[in-house]
Amino acid sequence: MAERPEGSAAGSNKPALQLHVPEPRFRPGDAADFSHLAIPAAGQQPRPDEACHASETAPLCYDLVRVLGDDNQAHGPWDPKLDPDTLRTMLGHMVLVRAFDERMFRGQRQGKTSFYMKCTGEEATSVAAGMALASDDMVFPSYRQQGILIARGYPLVEMINQIYSNKGDKLKGRQLPIMYSSREHSFFSISGNLATQCPQAVGWAMASAIKGDSRIAASWVGEGSTAEGDFHSACTFATVYNAPVILNVINNQWAISSFSGFAGAERTTFAARALGYGLAGLRVDGNDALAVFAAQQWAANRARANGGPTLIEYFTYRAEGHSTSDDPSAYRSVQEGIDWPLGDPIARLRNHLIALGEWDEERHAAMDLAAAERVKEATREAEKNGILGHGLHHPFRTMFEDVFEELPWHLKEQAAQATRERLIKFPEGRPNS
Amino acid sequence: MIEAINEALDIMLARDPDVVVMGEDVGYFGGVFRATAGLQAKHGKTRVFDTPISECGIIGVAVGMGAYGLRPVPEIQFADYIYPGLDQLISEAARLRYRSACDYIAPLTVRSPFGGGIFGGQTHSQSPEAIFTHVSGLKTVIPSNPYDAKGLLISAIEDNDPVIFFEPKRIYNGPFTGYYDKPVEPWKRHKDSVVPEGHYRVPLGKARTVTEGDALTVLAYGTMVHVAEAVCAAKGVDAHILDLRTLVPLDIEAIEQSVERTGRCLIVHEATRTSGFGAELSALVTERCFYHLEAPVERVTGFDTPYPHSLEWAYFPGPIRIGEAIDKLLKD
Repeated sequence: MAERPEGSAAGSNKPALQLHVPEPRFRPGDAADFSHLAIPAAGQQPRPDEACHASETAPLCYDLVRVLGDDNQAHGPWDPKLDPDTLRTMLGHMVLVRAFDERMFRGQRQGKTSFYMKCTGEEATSVAAGMALASDDMVFPSYRQQGILIARGYPLVEMINQIYSNKGDKLKGRQLPIMYSSREHSFFSISGNLATQCPQAVGWAMASAIKGDSRIAASWVGEGSTAEGDFHSACTFATVYNAPVILNVINNQWAISSFSGFAGAERTTFAARALGYGLAGLRVDGNDALAVFAAQQWAANRARANGGPTLIEYFTYRAEGHSTSDDPSAYRSVQEGIDWPLGDPIARLRNHLIALGEWDEERHAAMDLAAAERVKEATREAEKNGILGHGLHHPFRTMFEDVFEELPWHLKEQAAQATRERLIKFPEGRPNS
Repeated sequence: MIEAINEALDIMLARDPDVVVMGEDVGYFGGVFRATAGLQAKHGKTRVFDTPISECGIIGVAVGMGAYGLRPVPEIQFADYIYPGLDQLISEAARLRYRSACDYIAPLTVRSPFGGGIFGGQTHSQSPEAIFTHVSGLKTVIPSNPYDAKGLLISAIEDNDPVIFFEPKRIYNGPFTGYYDKPVEPWKRHKDSVVPEGHYRVPLGKARTVTEGDALTVLAYGTMVHVAEAVCAAKGVDAHILDLRTLVPLDIEAIEQSVERTGRCLIVHEATRTSGFGAELSALVTERCFYHLEAPVERVTGFDTPYPHSLEWAYFPGPIRIGEAIDKLLKD
C-alpha cells in the first residue's frame, strides 16, 4: 500500500467521512409544513420564444411555470388562452379519469381484478398535456397516464376489459391490468420495466424525422425512474439527433415508498437535468392544467419546427397510494397530501371556469354524477365479458400466439400440451378452451 | 465473410427504404470490422449513422423506430458489450408483439461480432448466445461462411421478429480450423465462399449439412463448424456434421433425422459449458432420440471460466478436446 502524504494519516485532524442517506421531511404522524417550498406567483415566469437556444430555458428549470393564480384567474405569458368549451372538455376528461380510478380501485378491492393504479392528483399531467398534442402524435406513457387514453377517446369498456383480463381484452389477458396499448390511438404499449419507453420515444421521433414526417413523440416517466440508465440514454440520443420528442417527467414526490430525494431532488430540480444535455427544460406546476397544456404546447411547437427536444418536469403530488398493493400511511404523513401547496388540479380548473362565469357548482356536480354513471355503465358492459379468474378469458392457444409472427415447432408442441392439460382438468369441456 | 455482410446490408438498404443501419463507428468510418464500409456514402447519413456509446440507447431507439415502422439494423460492436442493452432486448424487443397483441412489433436485426480465437481476452471473445436463446420472442442466428452470412442476414432483416445475428469474428476473413499454429486460409479458397450477387435468402430455422456421414452426428455453429469439420477429416471419421445456423427456431427435424441414423451425437460450441446452448441441444437429443442413442450425448465447449487472454488455446475447444470426445463416442 502506498504511503499517505504527510499529515493525512488515519486519525489525523480531518473529520470522518459521512454517508448522506436522504430522509423525507415528514413521516407518518408528522405535521406537514411546506414553507420551504418556493411557490412563485402565477404569471411571473417569462415565456421564451419556442425557437430559442436550449440554454435560454435555464432560469425556467429552477422556476415553476404557473398560470392559474390564487384568484382562480389565468395570468401571464404562459396563459394558453383556451376557449371555455375546451376548458370544459379538459375538466370533463379529468373528472372522468378520477371517477374511473375510483371505480377500478373498488373493483380491485371487490376481487374483480388483481391490481390497479390510480393517478389521483396528477390528472392534469396526462389530460392537459395529451390535449396539447395532435391526436396522431405518438405517446410513450408510463403506467399513470390513463388520462391520455381518456382524452383521446379510447372506449372505457376497452380499458376495463383490459383491467379485468376478460375475453374482450384486446391484449388477450397477457398483460397486468392498466398496461394498455392502442396503436389506433397512437398510445404505445405500456411496459412494466421502468423508463424503457424513454429511448423508445426518442427512436420513434428519430424515425419520424428520418422519414420527413410531421408527427412528434412524447414520453412520460416518473421522477423516480429518471434514475434509470434509459433516461440518460434518452436525453443523450434526443439531443445528439435533435429528435422531435418531449420527455415529460412527472415529479409526484414519491416512487412507491421512496421520496424524490432518492432520485436526486434534494440538490436540484429534474428540469435542470435538461441543461447538461443541451435540451430545453421547463419546470411546471403540474396541478395547473393551463400551465401543463401551455408547456406541452410550447415543446410540441418547438419539436414540430425542428427546434429539438424538450424535457419538462411537472411538479405535482401522488395523492394516493402507489397502487392497490401499497399503503402509503406506512411511510409518509397523511397531512402532506392534505396540505400540498399546489392544491388539486380538478378543483383549480373548476374554480377557474367558475371565476370566468363559464361554470357553476350545479353543473359540476352534474358532471361528477354523469362521469360516475358513465363508468358504472361501462363496467357493467365490460363485466359481460367476464372478470379475472371467472373463466371468460381468451382461449388457451392464444397464450402461444404472437410470441413470434409464426408459431415455431416448440410452441406448437407446448400449445398442444396446454390444451391436453385443460381437457384433463375439465373433461366435459368449457367455453374458451 | 465481412464483404458478404456488407453486401447484404447494401442490398437491403437499397431495396427497402425503411432499413436503417446504426451503431458505434458504423457511419463515416464504416465499422471497426469494415462491415458497413462505404454504406453511409452510398445511402446517406439518415440511413447509416454513428451513435453515442450506449448499447441501451442503441437498442432502445431501435425498438422505437421499429414501432414507427422502420426496420433497424443496429450493430453492437462486440457481443461482450451487448449487456447494457439486455433490458431493452429481453423486456422490450422480445415481448413487444406479444404484450401488445400485434399492435406493435420490433423487427430489429441486432448484428454483433462474437466468439473467440483472436486473443480478444475477456471482453472481446465471449459467446453469449445462450442468454438470448433463453428469451422467448427472440430469434438467434449465427452464420459460419460468407454464403450463409449474406443470405441469413437478408432473411433476418426481412423477418418481422427481433433477430440476434452473431457474426463469428474469427472467421470474418477466412475459415478457422482450430489448428492455430497453421497458416490461416483466406475465404477465397473455401467452397462456401462463392457469394452470388444480388438478393437471395437463406431461410431462418434451417440447418445445413456440412458433411454427410454415418458414424456420428456433430451439432455445431459459427467457427466451431470448421473446427469440427477439420478434426473429423484429420481423424478420418465419417461424421454427419450439421451447421445449425439458427438456434431459435431450431431445425429439430434435421437433428432428429441425423441422430436417429447415426445413433451418436457430439455437440460443439465455444461458449462456456454450464447452461450453455449445448445443454438444450443435449436435452432435446436425449428426449427425442433416446432409443436410437448408442452412447451418451457428448458436449465439447469452452470451460466455465471467463475467457482468458494468455491461455486462449488452452481454453478454446480445439482439436484435442473434440478428438477425445469423438473417441469416447465411438469407442464401442
